[in-house]
Amino acid sequence: MQPSQDVLIPEVIQQIPLTYYLILSTVLFIIGVIGVLTRRNAIIIFMSIELMLNAVNLLLIAFSSYRSDSAGQVFVFFIMAVAAAEVSVGLAIIVMIYRNTRSIDVGLLNKLKW
Amino acid sequence: MQLGLLCALIPLLPLIGFVINGVGFRRVPTALVGGIATVAVLASFLIVVSLFTGFAPEAGPQIVHLFDWISVGDLRIPFSFQIDQLSLLMLLVVTGVGTLIHLYSIGYMHHDEGFGKFMAFLNLFIFFMLLLVMGSNYVIMFIGWEGVGLCSYLLIGFWNKNVSYNNAARKAFVMNRIGDLGFLLGIFTIINTFGTVEYVDVFKQATSLPMGDSTVLVIALLLFVGAMGKSAQVPLYTWLPDAMAGPTPVSALIHAATMVTAGIYMVVRSNVLYTLAPAALELIGVIAIITALLAASIGLLQNDIKKVLAYSTVSQLGYMFLGLSATAYTAGMFHVITHAFFKALLFLGAGSVIHAMSDEQDIRKMGGLRKSLPITFITFSIGTWAIAGLPPFAGFFSKDEILAHVFEHSKVLWALGVLGSALTSFYMFRLLFLTFFGEFRGTEEQKHHLHESPATMTIPLIVLAILSAIGGALNLPGGGWLGHFLEPIFEGSRQVNPEAFAESVGESSTEYVLMAVSAGVALLALIVAYIMYISRKAVPAPNEADRSLPEQVIYNKYYVDELYETIIVRPIRSMGDTFYSFGEFAVDGVVNGVAWGVKQGSAQLRRLQSGSIGFYVFAMVLSIVLIFALRFFIRF
Repeated sequence: MQPSQDVLIPEVIQQIPLTYYLILSTVLFIIGVIGVLTRRNAIIIFMSIELMLNAVNLLLIAFSSYRSDSAGQVFVFFIMAVAAAEVSVGLAIIVMIYRNTRSIDVGLLNKLKW
Repeated sequence: MQLGLLCALIPLLPLIGFVINGVGFRRVPTALVGGIATVAVLASFLIVVSLFTGFAPEAGPQIVHLFDWISVGDLRIPFSFQIDQLSLLMLLVVTGVGTLIHLYSIGYMHHDEGFGKFMAFLNLFIFFMLLLVMGSNYVIMFIGWEGVGLCSYLLIGFWNKNVSYNNAARKAFVMNRIGDLGFLLGIFTIINTFGTVEYVDVFKQATSLPMGDSTVLVIALLLFVGAMGKSAQVPLYTWLPDAMAGPTPVSALIHAATMVTAGIYMVVRSNVLYTLAPAALELIGVIAIITALLAASIGLLQNDIKKVLAYSTVSQLGYMFLGLSATAYTAGMFHVITHAFFKALLFLGAGSVIHAMSDEQDIRKMGGLRKSLPITFITFSIGTWAIAGLPPFAGFFSKDEILAHVFEHSKVLWALGVLGSALTSFYMFRLLFLTFFGEFRGTEEQKHHLHESPATMTIPLIVLAILSAIGGALNLPGGGWLGHFLEPIFEGSRQVNPEAFAESVGESSTEYVLMAVSAGVALLALIVAYIMYISRKAVPAPNEADRSLPEQVIYNKYYVDELYETIIVRPIRSMGDTFYSFGEFAVDGVVNGVAWGVKQGSAQLRRLQSGSIGFYVFAMVLSIVLIFALRFFIRF
């Protein structure tokens, strides 16, 4: 994981090795996955998804810094913007579900098989 | 290319007739159907006549190449027609007699609901028969050969609501297939030996082969198996009498005048090969005389007007082969032509009688018809006179020529042939006397209904009667026109075996004695028949009557059908049943088993579709993990 010779990496960033970022993002991502798999509350599942997205964002930023390439950071903004849009749609759906079923327990939503 | 166009038109016109009537047989008005079909054949006949009159014998066979049909490796099979003396004669007979029978059918089949279909089939038959005789190679002959077999099948089973008629059609079809297998093997052997199927090339190569060459013998025998099936020789003859289930014009056209003589045409066409294989000719002679006598003896006791004629056809075909076996190819062809005239006449006459009798075919219930059916009576008598071999009508000359050649070849065969001739004369006059003389034996209702047939039926009868009467003039004894005309066809045979063609019949005293003997024998048989059926007014006993043992055996046609049934049909049928049940068990087991397995598997799989989002997400994650794991271990 050594940066290439010609790319200059700032001192501050070099103090924390890239491996740490990797481990942190992996842990965050796994927490997110487990959250999606185990929780039944739709809001919490949403939050877990956000967690997974952020884990990936973090990794993108770390890589982009280590390569001194800003493209990754720009990409993170796109991801956040899209995620925000998705969440607004998703929340709207959840609100509609709540109005119909008085619950946001995804275990009750087994109508997909029809 | 005037000739090419004309030649292509000859078979094309009946085919067009078939398409018009066949495709639109519910829409074409009944009044037009007969006209279209008859005109199609008549036009072909006129073209044939124009070809015939413009034919130059010195130019040799004219090959009309239409297109290349099969070319595999070194083998080239063109689709082409050959116009020579032999095919012209056959064309004249097929289209000429065919036209008359089409005309007759208009009257005979007019009230049948399948009239259009019938005329379409007749046209199709003519088309295939023309291919058979015009083709310039064995493969085209085979197309026609199979095609006429098909039409024969369709027309025998024309009244297909009757199960026994269908069985008769099937019997004819299957028996012919047995023969066709032999024919097909013969063609393959020809390809293997000569590398071509074109008549001209095959015969040219064959003339350089030695007499008695074993390959040629094999070819000759295999081809003859085909001829046995189509021309109803022992042991493949039993289909022809059953074929009488078809409408009477069919019996006349297909099962008497044209198709059944295809075997003789084929042997005459391949005369070089047969001359090279004397052993094959010997075998043909034996089979021919057995057929002639067997069928003639069965004919003695038959009571169905058409069955008598059918056995007579089988017997006459035997005569033709008998002539061929003595290398009297011209005599064989001569008998083909005269037989086409008088047998078509007899069948059409029988049809006229059946028509008048409201579908009664049993001669025990006829009698005394000569007053009500004068034209039918006169023409039928001429036909009988001709087939019996009494001078001066056509049958006398052709039969006499065959017998004269056979006499030179083998005295035993000749004696048997004369015996057969006596039998023929006897059963034909028995038929004539029982039908047209004496008292009427049918019901009152039939008696009132008796009437002469319409003109469309009597005109063909009259024309055929004239031809039967004067047909003998084609080849008068002592070198007639037909003999000279056909000479070039037998050039190859003459080259390989000059002795067989030496003009030794020239001894006219012997010839006159032979003529006198055969005519005398026929006359004697006529007198015997007269005494039995007119003087003594004998009427054949009903089916249940007690008969002496030999009579019983002959009346039941020597039990040949029963024999075939026991030794061939039943074992094969039971074998088929066994295979059928095995197939039912094994094949159905596999197929149903697979279906059952898929059904069970899918019933299990559909439980996965629970509709629970949590489970779906879990499955998704699990699958992604699995895919990553797989990618890690297996690079793809």
